[in-house]
Amino acid sequence: MSDSEDHSDPNHSHLSDTDLRVRSLESLLLEKGMVDADALEALIQTYEHKVGPQNGARVVARAWSEPDYKDWLLRDATAAIADMGYHGRQGEHMYVVENTGEVHNLVVCTLCSCYPWPVLGLPPTWYKSAPYRSRAVMDPRGVLREFGTEIGADVAVRVWDSTAELRYLVLPERPEGTEGMSQEELAALVGRNSMIGVEKVASPNGGAAR
Amino acid sequence: MNGAHDMGGMHGLGPIDAEIDEPVFHHDWERRVLALTLASGAMGKWNIDISRHARENQPPAEYLANSYYQTWLVGLEKLLVESGLVTADEIANGRSAAPLPDDLEERVLKAEAVEAVLSRGDNFTVEDDIPAKFAVGEPVRVLNNHPTHHTRAPRYVRGKCGVVERDHGVFVFADENSKGPGHRVGQHVYSVCFPAQELWGPDAAAADRINVDLWDGHLEAAPS
Repeated sequence: MSDSEDHSDPNHSHLSDTDLRVRSLESLLLEKGMVDADALEALIQTYEHKVGPQNGARVVARAWSEPDYKDWLLRDATAAIADMGYHGRQGEHMYVVENTGEVHNLVVCTLCSCYPWPVLGLPPTWYKSAPYRSRAVMDPRGVLREFGTEIGADVAVRVWDSTAELRYLVLPERPEGTEGMSQEELAALVGRNSMIGVEKVASPNGGAAR
Repeated sequence: MNGAHDMGGMHGLGPIDAEIDEPVFHHDWERRVLALTLASGAMGKWNIDISRHARENQPPAEYLANSYYQTWLVGLEKLLVESGLVTADEIANGRSAAPLPDDLEERVLKAEAVEAVLSRGDNFTVEDDIPAKFAVGEPVRVLNNHPTHHTRAPRYVRGKCGVVERDHGVFVFADENSKGPGHRVGQHVYSVCFPAQELWGPDAAAADRINVDLWDGHLEAAPS
């Protein structure tokens, strides 16, 4: 599909071919009565504004703070995450993998773009892109270095290719210098990339967890 | 199918472009494609595996040239026409030639139902008490099959040996389900753990592992 967007030509429409094609399809489906305009807005609002990695960060912060919750999360992630109110589309069946001093986990979907929407929102472009999908399974340490993450030779890298309906969330290591922090303060430290596994959670004192 | 979507292990696709503070959508039409795809799914005319095949089944050069949401758009147009919900002429003209059939009207996703529908999601498990073909800890080999339909066994593990690390339970077998109604069968899904060197040779780190979720239908006992 060509997506020419030639703004240099004053006679050229500022709408790309793809934009026009989508507008045409939307107006067809609305006219047919197959889709409802308010429902489309509600879908967009949900994924643009309501659901995002702040949800997963709260799960991680609770697991760092409550040992019983962490056990539950690692044993039955779907139920433990639903307990925080996060469930549903593209997160129906969850599995959480824990980073430790011995293993570093990394999540990919080589065939598609499978990603845990209820806890991380929609995936970033790089996660869905050919460079990441092609190399994460073959050269995970090289991929991690592109994100500035160096994994020592004494730590095993474990890559999870989400080929079925299981959706994966990485439980990152809790960084030093976070003793006594509230769950809210902890959650603020946890970024999306650490829950995909391409980065570590940085210590508030500077530097990352081991 | 052995398409361009099956990317694990390909070279030459360039560096990873991780945008800082990336917006959820880069163009308004991307929002519209996401919403139209989810809303059209409410018609119940296809399942996740049929829709994935519609996206994958593009000439490789086109698949690689299309952005993520362009591929969703290609897939959605294909699904709408193949399922008979709209005609190719209607898509070309952008005008409806016939109203939605009465029996589909009640399926139209309404705004007030969106939250409940998304929160419920789908259930991909099958309740039947189907015995597992393989036990946790058992060595297995991925069948060296090359089906032309949708499959969840990526090329880079076919013919390779791993160990069953976890039994996730009984799920709809995606490869069969992609064939449409009447093909919804349950099978155990396992997390199969492959040593990186089994997949990529002696240059891979000896300690590294790749876990892939595979169904009974993808596996055989490993040769002893």
